[in-house]
Amino acid sequence: MKKTQLIKNGLFDENPVLRLVIGTCPTLAISTTVLGGFGMGLAATFVLICSNAVISALRRLIPDKVRIPAYITVIASFVTILQMLVKAFVPALDGMLGIYLPLIVVNCIILGRAEMFASKNPVLDSAVDGLGMGLGFTLALIVMASIREIIGSGTWLGLRLIPEGYGISIMTTPPGGFFTFGIVMALLTALLSKRGKKCASGAGCEGCAARESCGEVK
Amino acid sequence: MWKQMFVILFTMVLTENFVLVKFLGICPFLGVSKKLDSALGMSAAVIFVMVLASAATWCIQTYLLVPLGLEYLQTIVFILVIAALVQFVDFALKKYLPSLHATLGIYLPLITTNCAVLGVTILNFTNEYGFLESLFQGLGAGLGFMLAMVLFCGVRRALARSKPPKCFEGLPITLVAAALTSLTFMGFSGLAENLFS
Repeated sequence: MKKTQLIKNGLFDENPVLRLVIGTCPTLAISTTVLGGFGMGLAATFVLICSNAVISALRRLIPDKVRIPAYITVIASFVTILQMLVKAFVPALDGMLGIYLPLIVVNCIILGRAEMFASKNPVLDSAVDGLGMGLGFTLALIVMASIREIIGSGTWLGLRLIPEGYGISIMTTPPGGFFTFGIVMALLTALLSKRGKKCASGAGCEGCAARESCGEVK
Repeated sequence: MWKQMFVILFTMVLTENFVLVKFLGICPFLGVSKKLDSALGMSAAVIFVMVLASAATWCIQTYLLVPLGLEYLQTIVFILVIAALVQFVDFALKKYLPSLHATLGIYLPLITTNCAVLGVTILNFTNEYGFLESLFQGLGAGLGFMLAMVLFCGVRRALARSKPPKCFEGLPITLVAAALTSLTFMGFSGLAENLFS
């Protein structure tokens, strides 16, 4: 597959958060500020590229039966490296992401891409797919965080847009997260159905560990 | 001492509810909350694994990782411990309590990648809790998960009969309903500390 197509795929056609609806926990939790969302997106992109490349390189060596524990070990190693890098060079980001930084290990996007893409494709393609998916995740986070930060605190990336005291602070609280995500998904559905495309196809379910007992969201 | 345990328990169930306030375990919350019996089965399995994982990771961290100076391996060790624990519980239940395995069995494999379980074990250490406190935090987080699942199951039952605008059908309206459920939990803020003071 062409490399540009892979990137476009991750950004738009199969955007992990907005189209496949996976990786929702960090999307809801870290989207209170644009800066935090951007940092989370880049952190996950780093892990996605590295883990996709390594898992793809090892795809003929990993026995099918133990592939999930093997993938988790690879992903956890890269998350540990990432934790050390972040703590050493951008401690401010470490404080902003808190517990969600180590929780990248169980982010379904990463395990899902390992299972759906990296285990079947060559190394370079897998790394590019990781980059595309990571950028798609970052894009979704920035969209969500922009809405929440502008309405909630009246700023964007710390830049004041709405005079102080006019922010609707509920948007930066947990209910605001669910609400914003719901509205974004509804707008996207309306937009896509106008173009005759289906939204939230559930294609992400293929790589999800919960698919057997999940009654599907629809 | 018991007072502090109750504070931890109530904080985890109500004010710091894992699903609705901390956004941990959203996938099962949205995926498995359609029917009451599956919501209960999943939550029971989560409670069980959370308490066990809290105990196991506390011992490993305190007696193995800290003395050897290997704290940086926390993430990788914890996720592997949880994965092994889930496998072990699966085997043990199958062998000794087949009736319980029949109800909880299908939910166990999903728990390894449930971020709420890894989340509670890591939080035990960021909060610098002792053994008993970790156990109670694990129990509280699990009970909070169950409360959110059961409440939301009722919400979804009502939702299934409603007729939202076309573009809101399915996931979007479910998320808006989750926002309202989460809003009710905001009312509990400050409750646990003041209730026992």
